[in-house]
Amino acid sequence: MAGFSYFPHTDDDIRVMLERAGVRNLDGLYSDVPADFIYQGEYDLPDAMSEQQVRDFFEKLGEKNTKLKVFVGQGAYDHYVPAVIPYITSRSEFLTAYTPYQCEISQGTLRYIFEWQSMICRLTGLDVSNASMYDGPSAAAEALRMAVACTRKRNKVIVSTKLMQNVLDVVKTYLKYPDIEVVFAWDVLDELGPDVAGVLVPSICRHGVIQDLTGYAEKVHEAGALLIEYCDPSALAVLKTPDEWGADIAVGDAQPLGMPICYGGPYAGFIACKQDYMRKIPGRIVGQSVDASGKRCFVLTLQAREQHIRREKATSNICSNESLMALWATVYLSLMGPEGLRKVNELSCAGAHYLYDELLKTGRFEEAFPGRPFLKEFCLKSKVDIPTLQQKLLDAGFFGALEIDGYVTFCVTEKRTKEEIDALVNVVRGIAL
Amino acid sequence: MKYYDKLIFELSHPGRIGYSLPAAALQQYPFFAEKCSSGAAADDAAKTDKATASLSFGEQRFARVAALCNIPKAILRESKLDLPEVSEVDVVRHYTNLSQMNFGVDTGFYPLGSCTMKYNPKINEEIANHPLFTGLHPLQPAETVKGAQEVIDGLDKALAAITGMKHFTFLPCAGAHGELTGLMLMREYHMARGDAARTKVIVPDSAHGTNPASAAVCGLEIVEVKSGADGLVDVESLKPLLGPDIAGIMMTNPNTLGLFERQIGEIAKLVHDCGGLLYYDGANMNPLLGKVRPGDMGFDIMHLNLHKTFSTPHGGGGPGSGPVGVGERVLPYLHTPQTSGFHGNFGVMLRAYAYILMLGKQNVKLAGPLAVLGANYIKESLKDCYKLPIPSVCKHEFVFDGLINDGAREGKAGATTLDVAKRLLDYGFHAPTIYFPLLFHQAIMIEPTETESLETLDEFIAVMRKIAAEAAEDPDILHGAPHNTPIGRPDETTAARNPILKA
Repeated sequence: MAGFSYFPHTDDDIRVMLERAGVRNLDGLYSDVPADFIYQGEYDLPDAMSEQQVRDFFEKLGEKNTKLKVFVGQGAYDHYVPAVIPYITSRSEFLTAYTPYQCEISQGTLRYIFEWQSMICRLTGLDVSNASMYDGPSAAAEALRMAVACTRKRNKVIVSTKLMQNVLDVVKTYLKYPDIEVVFAWDVLDELGPDVAGVLVPSICRHGVIQDLTGYAEKVHEAGALLIEYCDPSALAVLKTPDEWGADIAVGDAQPLGMPICYGGPYAGFIACKQDYMRKIPGRIVGQSVDASGKRCFVLTLQAREQHIRREKATSNICSNESLMALWATVYLSLMGPEGLRKVNELSCAGAHYLYDELLKTGRFEEAFPGRPFLKEFCLKSKVDIPTLQQKLLDAGFFGALEIDGYVTFCVTEKRTKEEIDALVNVVRGIAL
Repeated sequence: MKYYDKLIFELSHPGRIGYSLPAAALQQYPFFAEKCSSGAAADDAAKTDKATASLSFGEQRFARVAALCNIPKAILRESKLDLPEVSEVDVVRHYTNLSQMNFGVDTGFYPLGSCTMKYNPKINEEIANHPLFTGLHPLQPAETVKGAQEVIDGLDKALAAITGMKHFTFLPCAGAHGELTGLMLMREYHMARGDAARTKVIVPDSAHGTNPASAAVCGLEIVEVKSGADGLVDVESLKPLLGPDIAGIMMTNPNTLGLFERQIGEIAKLVHDCGGLLYYDGANMNPLLGKVRPGDMGFDIMHLNLHKTFSTPHGGGGPGSGPVGVGERVLPYLHTPQTSGFHGNFGVMLRAYAYILMLGKQNVKLAGPLAVLGANYIKESLKDCYKLPIPSVCKHEFVFDGLINDGAREGKAGATTLDVAKRLLDYGFHAPTIYFPLLFHQAIMIEPTETESLETLDEFIAVMRKIAAEAAEDPDILHGAPHNTPIGRPDETTAARNPILKA
């Protein structure tokens, strides 16, 4: 039997175990499976590889990808990842642990989730958060369902088409079958009515424009609905918080908090709400308690809300989701602190505005939304052929000018240097008008 | 494990920093240099701005940057951002201390039923953290992500070979997310055929709790089918439930008692004949790995938990990955539901693919059988101390219904399943899954996996026997357990009644 490092069994071990189990051979363990269902064929898989072969295999695959300087955001932001984060998150006590059901031997996980919840509350200004969601778009969908559960006899939600496309797509998917009516609108306030449970708006729109939500909460609340804000948690260090806008629920993706862009995942979604809606928030929540001897400890709490208790009465089926990514964000926020997170925004903002100005100076673009404020991401109207522009950038090692609604979008994080920005602008200058 | 009682907020000292960002980056932009002559001048200007006198230095500096970038003050944060101010070494020590209050697969044995806590190979981590993958933006053009696409295609092909399904979608980020996606596919299939009346789904009483919850959030009504005395779905009870309103059935095979639903062939025929589909909950796929394929049993839709069957780490509750596979019938709809933002948890997919390549066609055939061998070995070694309600050969897991002798006597309550679970922690093992499935009041569900050695299983058996002996002698030893962990049993009632959910 020897020959595979993940199976510790020797032939003798197997003999001893079979004897105790009362069967003659390994096939005997499947005597209860009808013979038709025992797979007799050869599995269509490669031959087993050695570890070195596996390493080489992926090295070759990796080389088939093109390493690019990323100048696009749209929900995945290439912020700097401090060395401490992967060092901590790869500690096997965190990495290889199960969901913290046995709290006596899971205080590490429970404490960092409590810290994560606290930090999400401090960023958003809201009262309650949970142990994370799958990603931003699915968190937005869950928040809309939550709004329906929080309001009585209201089964309609309004979703701003200013949100990024993937948020719109996931929301549409999630709300299709529980039969919640979804109205997609550019001007959400025009759609308010007595049957509306919730209104979802972005704090920064798909074109990068920072939204002025003055008066939104008032009008939404007057109509008896909840205001849900989709936000970039990194930007919340400097932009008006959901609480300051009067939102009832905040959602978004925690990816900008130090997670690699990693071809789209794993990331973590977050959700936070006002105290009034605490018992309707989906997913796991960690709370503080004491043990029998009075020591401070942390436990999964308010479990009566959850799917494994409510089963067929559940309004969400989410259970464990992105715990380690929540640790990723928690360590990031601990390292950055208020000052570091502000600086990240400052540098991203300055770089983005510099790129914006320099691109306009090339004469190859026009402003798309003149005078509208943006932070690190913006759109321009291209006067040159967009596929040509994209290809020239790719050829020079840049990923930028992603097309969206006929515009081209760019994003600058603190990772992009002035030299890189200048080099990108030079490529653009070289494109014939 | 040693108790450590800090929260990161309690280590905060104003002015201390844990980040390292380029110091002069702002001043290099002529945009700023022109208007402020230097970064320092910008800072000075901000300092003397009376309107912002109540702000901290950093807040003033950002206000200045915002002004230069024409971001109106009215949309800027007003409230103080109260994050910890700590040094890098504070962060490293704090989280290292936290980690030391945690148990993981690398610490010891996890006999956790239905959770498949197998060893998480280290080469997987190395590959998942490779910059040639982690540096890819999800919206990069196809010609720049050929390697990533090959990973997805290769994993799809491998999972199809292992399960007998046609293709998989990798958008779901967890098992429950996969169930939801799979049920959406079930509904898409019926709706596309104009069969809108199929709004009920059959779920056995032994199902995982997520099954009915997923069905409910997908707008389906749940019809429960009872298990027979043998712990298997009772085909005669199933028949009257079938009709034109049935969208399908959700099955876990082997079920949560670790028993193979041997009438699955007939069940599949009955459900298909009534126009319904079969959903396979892949939480219990491990015993079938390399032996039995859900596609061959007649399942139309299934999810896998890459964090169970395919060795990716659980991460203290995620990130997982719950790819959904479909057979011929449902294939046209596979890419209809967009349940997550980009391509799913790509980092987890890399790990699972690395694992499958290590297994190869040779070792995959032994994975399931060795897992099943371990479970039967433990079951047979403990059935004289713990009640075994269904004494047949099990698959990857089995369920005891509490202690045979719980030590109950005049004036003294016996030891419960919870007590046994907590006492195991004292002996350095994780607890099994307890009080599930709901079919037995004192359920203890044990699943070893194929990565545990005979010695480890023997140690576990010895400890379980010792605990049974302790219970018989004096159940109070167990009532008070655990005794050797960083904390004792928590006060969960107060935590729920007066919730403290943030610092």
